[in-house]
Amino acid sequence: MHPAFSVIFLTTLIGAGQGLFLALYTGQLYALANLLPVQDPGFYAFGSLLALLLLAAGLFASFFHLGRPERAWRAASKWRTSWLSREVIILPLVMALVFGFGLAHWLGWTEPLIVIRDTLPLDPTLIIGLVGTLATFALFVSTAMIYASVRFLEEWHSPWTVSNFVFLGIASGFMLAAAYSAYRGNQLVAFFGTWAVIATLLGMGSRLSALARNRRLKRKSTPQTAIGVRHQAIRQLTQGFTAGSFNTREFFHGESPATLALIRWLYLVLVFPIPVALIGIAYVIESPTLPMAAFLIQYLGLLGERWSFFAEADHSQNLYYQRIA
Amino acid sequence: MSQLALVIDLNVCVGCHACVTSCKQWNTSGWAGPMVDENPYDADPSGTFFNRVQTYEVGRFPDTETVHFPKSCLHCEEPPCVPVCPTGASYKRPDNGVVLVDYDKCIGCKYCAWACPYGVREVDAQQKVMKKCTLCIERITDMSLPEAERKPACVLACPTSARLYGDVHDPESEVSLAIREQGGYQLMPEWGTKPANHYLPRWKTRRQISREEIVRADNPLRKEDLTTYTGEETLDDVTW
Repeated sequence: MHPAFSVIFLTTLIGAGQGLFLALYTGQLYALANLLPVQDPGFYAFGSLLALLLLAAGLFASFFHLGRPERAWRAASKWRTSWLSREVIILPLVMALVFGFGLAHWLGWTEPLIVIRDTLPLDPTLIIGLVGTLATFALFVSTAMIYASVRFLEEWHSPWTVSNFVFLGIASGFMLAAAYSAYRGNQLVAFFGTWAVIATLLGMGSRLSALARNRRLKRKSTPQTAIGVRHQAIRQLTQGFTAGSFNTREFFHGESPATLALIRWLYLVLVFPIPVALIGIAYVIESPTLPMAAFLIQYLGLLGERWSFFAEADHSQNLYYQRIA
Repeated sequence: MSQLALVIDLNVCVGCHACVTSCKQWNTSGWAGPMVDENPYDADPSGTFFNRVQTYEVGRFPDTETVHFPKSCLHCEEPPCVPVCPTGASYKRPDNGVVLVDYDKCIGCKYCAWACPYGVREVDAQQKVMKKCTLCIERITDMSLPEAERKPACVLACPTSARLYGDVHDPESEVSLAIREQGGYQLMPEWGTKPANHYLPRWKTRRQISREEIVRADNPLRKEDLTTYTGEETLDDVTW
């Protein structure tokens, strides 16, 4: 597939935004359980604003993928059958909930509405955060299923696609939360950093599993089934036209195998070991800048990871577009 | 319920591209506006086509065979491109089974093209919407046309009648008979998309000659020889 930067930015930016929101809510829950110090409202409000900006930037990037962005509103109609439609509905919902979460903290709506069994005070921020968490996971699944549900891209048609989107999104979001905490100079850096490392390692296991699976992939379609001729030696003489078409532009990346391998190694290094090492070093020397570097390097690596995700997917239609003559 | 479709006879197709050009001509002059052509007479030309004729070589030299292979939307009975469309622009007509795109609803997200295993959908680079074979829907449903002309442009253009058109759900139709009697098959059946279009395989006429047809069975001495003539009257002398 041709890696489109609109979709690369969409998936990585909203992944980080969703992860950051989950990090903030996780921090609040730990504080509720007295495992972490309680943060001031500004921490949650500005953190939510940051998550909202990432989500909005992702949404903005997605419009560049459309030929007719002015009709994008129509995309909400077929949510019964289309994962893309579901994503289109859930993304604004998540944005609204993140906004509401930040606003509730900013305005100090932390008076408990009800207290469950005298121990769990339910305030608006907790309720909005819980709904937001559910919506965030629904968005992760919807985004990933857009790719995982396409049977004809066998590299994508696997549960690893969903786990990659979830773990890598959470990893980058918690990295950003660690960087944000380091920037504000509070004590949550180690907490967010630890969870970021855990998510990164889970993401690494998931991504390496996907790579191993795709290496062994046995394709369903062959030149034999494509044209329905039973012979071991079938070769295309011409695809029927002398230059490019939509089919050659959209489904081929046009890069050499060496470039693909380079990007793969690059992201495997940038996404997993370097950020983990930086978070570890930052914990030891209590550096306020290293978590930011960890997030930025991991995000850069994730751009490469998503690029590679597209480039390494080989569509069954490519069997029909093998030779220009 | 009927399912209109094409049946393409690979044994007859000569790869002349008449179906490609007639399709382009008909559909570029139609109700949906022109189909884009960029740099048509220049380097790197590009454009939208509903139909392509590809050529394959089967076998290894010198035992090779050239197969011309016209490819357009197969109007699947289980079209995987339809449910993925987020706007409902991509749909299958309930009355005749033709898979169509509502160009006024399409947002150009290209997701349906990803969800088609055959690569028969092409984005129009100027209108920015997805386009595909309509089976000349406005023509085949136009009751003001005489019945012989109520066919897709490619079918009417084919000089060798390699393209048959009809209802594959009607067991007595020309296309159903061809599929049944000449081994019609579907492309990439492994995906379960149930393409309505079928292809008829190439076949060869081979003469089977047994030894009995060469050596006369009623020649008891197994002796075949030319008669040597020494001036006597032969059949050549009495017939002319």
